[in-house]
Amino acid sequence: MIEQFDAIVVGAGMSGNAAAYTLASQGLKVLQLERGEYPGSKNVQGAIMYANMLEKIIPDFRDDAPLERHLVEQRLWVMDNTSHTGIHYRSDDFNEAKPNRYTIIRAQFDKWFSRKVREAGATVLCETTATELVRDGNGKVIGVRTDRAGGVVFANVVVLAEGVSGLLGTRAGLREMPKPETVALAVKEMHFLPEEVIGQRFGVKGDEGCVIEAVGTISRSMAGLGFLYTNKESISLGIGCLVSDFAATLESPSALLDAMKNHPSIRPLIAGSEVKEYAAHLIPEGGYRAIPQLFGDGWVIVGDAAQLNNAIHREGSNLAMTSGRVAAEAIIKVKSRNGPMTKGNLALYKTMLDESFVIKDLKKYKDMPALLHTNSSNFFTSYPRLMSYAAQSFMRVDGTPKIEKERATTAAFINARSRWGLVSDAVRLALAWR
Amino acid sequence: MTIAVTKVRVEDKLYQNRYLVDSGRPHIIVRPHEKPSANLLALTYVCPAKCYELNDRGQVEITADGCMECGTCRILCEKGGDIEWNYPRGGFGVLFKFG
Repeated sequence: MIEQFDAIVVGAGMSGNAAAYTLASQGLKVLQLERGEYPGSKNVQGAIMYANMLEKIIPDFRDDAPLERHLVEQRLWVMDNTSHTGIHYRSDDFNEAKPNRYTIIRAQFDKWFSRKVREAGATVLCETTATELVRDGNGKVIGVRTDRAGGVVFANVVVLAEGVSGLLGTRAGLREMPKPETVALAVKEMHFLPEEVIGQRFGVKGDEGCVIEAVGTISRSMAGLGFLYTNKESISLGIGCLVSDFAATLESPSALLDAMKNHPSIRPLIAGSEVKEYAAHLIPEGGYRAIPQLFGDGWVIVGDAAQLNNAIHREGSNLAMTSGRVAAEAIIKVKSRNGPMTKGNLALYKTMLDESFVIKDLKKYKDMPALLHTNSSNFFTSYPRLMSYAAQSFMRVDGTPKIEKERATTAAFINARSRWGLVSDAVRLALAWR
Repeated sequence: MTIAVTKVRVEDKLYQNRYLVDSGRPHIIVRPHEKPSANLLALTYVCPAKCYELNDRGQVEITADGCMECGTCRILCEKGGDIEWNYPRGGFGVLFKFG
């Protein structure tokens, strides 16, 4: 193979598909490599998909994309071993002509997205593992080596959409391997239930959907998050914690998930379900400070491979899609000026990304990962227990004078964290959030 | 209240998944060692597919057939040289039906 492409996109996840679609629909000659049997077969996500970012790529996606439910209700739970304290937000305003958020099943969604990429004119090569970047004497990336016989392919630019654990960028020294404290390991199960049972249990009708996100003792003092998302005929249920915390505590991810399933607040929601898949995946959690160099001579990095994930708002695929689209638009601009794909010219990608919500949001929360990671036992165990104690004391009627209850609650907080600790946690949280 | 804990073995969970195993060509190899490092030993607990196990000589062994290719072991052990990590050949390995 000595065919020369305008661009090679490594990976057919959200960022790779966004990049390949944008490039191909502008007439560039695009080769996309995917190691799975079909696009989506290696991809794992919760998954919630944000319409706005996909509309910017495929405006009429609602016509034929496989969408599960549009979200009308979101629940944030703080859990201890027997309770949850929740903030629920539900609004009929989310029942709109063009809903804002959908649950999706990635293997199905990615197949659809990939079909759009092929229809736009890109060549999609599945069952092909990219093994190495090919560089010229000056270090410029000029192609990709694959595991197919004689499988070197060449292009003016390579878009690394290889995911959080991608090999090419780290092996070529373009980015560091993610550190255990900047990635979470999430495990997930697909629980199948009849559509009407899901409707009854979550109080939703038709395609309306509900999602729950939970922190607390379910993560056993690790920095982590549990989630439960309603699909049409299934529930995606999972939990993720930092890899560094798993290594330190030696907790078993599957046992953690099983314990969450047995929590008295979760168990009735999934009762009687049939589990049809167990999946695991890494999630970038390092935030702004973990973003690697995004461009160089003949290459750009997008999506999870670039750590573009907003852990606080648990947004990832929209940052992936946006970074893929923006990288493609930068490449198209450089090409339209007849410019070579040099580091200097591809810097345009970063300039454009800096102007987008992707980098602005990550910058806003740049200090949150460090704060949550170093104080995980307070934020994920002590405070959830205290919150439950306070709520239960407030609600239980047992003849204790209210003033004594309040004093006891205040004392419990001070005992757990000291006055200084409480003030310091509040101030650090406020500063990191700002 | 008591919680009836139904313990599901990881092997039974993996049984639901679809794999195309590349027989005789494991994509992850544990380098020979006398005594496992702390991180390598940790994999016997934290690998979500329980691919890593201690043998009776106290060394860590891997059976990668049920691997979900999450990369946790790579993050913890590649840099230190405990393991050699690659993706499976194109088309092989786990094939998520839902993901």
